[in-house]
Amino acid sequence: MSTAAVVVSSPMTPYVKETKYEFLRLLRARSFSISTIGFPLSFYLLFGVVAAGSGPESAERAAYLLATYSVFGLVGSSLFGLCSTISNERAQGWLELKQASPMPPAAYLLSKLMTAIAFGVIIFGVLLFFGTTMGHVHFTAEQLAKLLMTVILGVFPFASLGILLAQVVPPNAGIGFVNLIYLPMSFLSGLWFPLKGLPHWIQSIAPIWPTWHLGQLAIHDIGYPMSWSVAGHVAWLACFSAVCLVLAGVLFRRSAQKA
Amino acid sequence: MSTTVLPNPSKAAAASAAALENVTHRYGSHTALRNLSLTLHPGEVVALLGPNGAGKTTAVKLLLGLLKPSEGSVSVFGQSPTERTVRQRIGAMLQVARVPETLAVGEYLDLFRSYYPHPLPTAQIVAAAGLDGIEKRQFKDLSGGQKQRMLFALALCGDPDLVFLDEPTLGMDIETRHNLWREVRSLADRGKTVLLTTHYLEEADTLADRILVIAEGAVVAQGTPTEIKSRVTGRKIKCVTRLTDAFLLALEGVRSVEATGAGITITVDAAEDVLRSMLAADPSLHSLEVSSPALEDAFLALTKKETV
Repeated sequence: MSTAAVVVSSPMTPYVKETKYEFLRLLRARSFSISTIGFPLSFYLLFGVVAAGSGPESAERAAYLLATYSVFGLVGSSLFGLCSTISNERAQGWLELKQASPMPPAAYLLSKLMTAIAFGVIIFGVLLFFGTTMGHVHFTAEQLAKLLMTVILGVFPFASLGILLAQVVPPNAGIGFVNLIYLPMSFLSGLWFPLKGLPHWIQSIAPIWPTWHLGQLAIHDIGYPMSWSVAGHVAWLACFSAVCLVLAGVLFRRSAQKA
Repeated sequence: MSTTVLPNPSKAAAASAAALENVTHRYGSHTALRNLSLTLHPGEVVALLGPNGAGKTTAVKLLLGLLKPSEGSVSVFGQSPTERTVRQRIGAMLQVARVPETLAVGEYLDLFRSYYPHPLPTAQIVAAAGLDGIEKRQFKDLSGGQKQRMLFALALCGDPDLVFLDEPTLGMDIETRHNLWREVRSLADRGKTVLLTTHYLEEADTLADRILVIAEGAVVAQGTPTEIKSRVTGRKIKCVTRLTDAFLLALEGVRSVEATGAGITITVDAAEDVLRSMLAADPSLHSLEVSSPALEDAFLALTKKETV
């Protein structure tokens, strides 16, 4: 046929469109957008702003929890945005149709990664708005920039975990499965409130959770002391991401052979 | 197996749009395809006809490079089906249970068009798939038939030379089905190669230049629709009659007689002459029904013929 339009599209076009539509469809899916933004926001307002009261320590508490709830938010957007979507799309045959198309395979994962980052940043922005207006939080520009970087880069380990979980969750059970991991892990890592008030054994096992490492980096960004060095946490998270991706790759190839 | 063995398979593959050569595919201990060969020639419409579980979808997935054959080889345009340049010349409509629901029809077309170097203009895709007026509607608000039409539209986005349609009319109402048939014929008129799978004999008959009947992972018959139909003819006559089995079996064209409930079921080559004789001999004959054999019966008959 010669009626094909003479459109010279850039090789980047599928990447851009894939990302645009992945973001749009999740934003429009209220079950996704309301829970990923609403969970961290309501928890933060409750524990970080309302319960903080108006004492001299209240702004400090609001600031500390703003950092940890931002981490809580990006972990949610990464896990839901990758694990639930991939496992559903696979179970429903949509992933297969895309694999059969000339879509660049990297565009599929990249669009989900960028979307998770976008939601992570939105959640951070929303918390920052309520933290500064209602919680009297004040960050320096440097603290803000560091925290924003942590939010953006922090998506990688949890997106990797999401890709791995997508290979093992039962079809269409992604959301429940993610909640089962996401909520307890966040609590045990001190993202909901500082671990100081919890039993000692919970504090001592905290380093096994990836959320703890990212949470430590986040509070460090705004001037709190942390156990371990920055390099230590970053190295831990980098190794964690690599292990998740390698395992996910192995499992994906194995199930593709069986499918 | 009645597939022709070609002296030089690789030459044949180069001239074909797509080919499976002696492909066996196993899922664990289950063998889905057994030493199956099929060739799609440029510009022809081929139907893979068979009951559920016959291996039709497996054959399509192998041709799309979604599965690797346990044995044998797969080629599309003389190359591996996983090559991106090959995929850019292919469109596929697969059985998809659900697609992400919060994007609109037009957005999906925009997305899929971006995958191809020379996509069809959106208006042309919309017209061909019958999506006029619902481009702004989100997938979740579409009816079952509209969803199928959108999936068909996605297969057309890249103006492909080769189109795979896996059970394309499943769940479609009659009007939608006929529209889709018209579009498949128009693809063929424009020189496109089409492979469709179906378990509707009528669909294969209407659309295909060539039909491959597959059962349990092997080709049990292939030929033009006329050739295939001639092998699955026969009618069943059900009625209540006083006529004896001996009398009936003596009539020309009667294959078998069996008692069913209050009456009998007679299997015949052609119903008209047998009925004329029966009605003349038994004025009290009543509760008359004439039917074509169920497709499953036809497949069984074909399988038997091939293995005897």
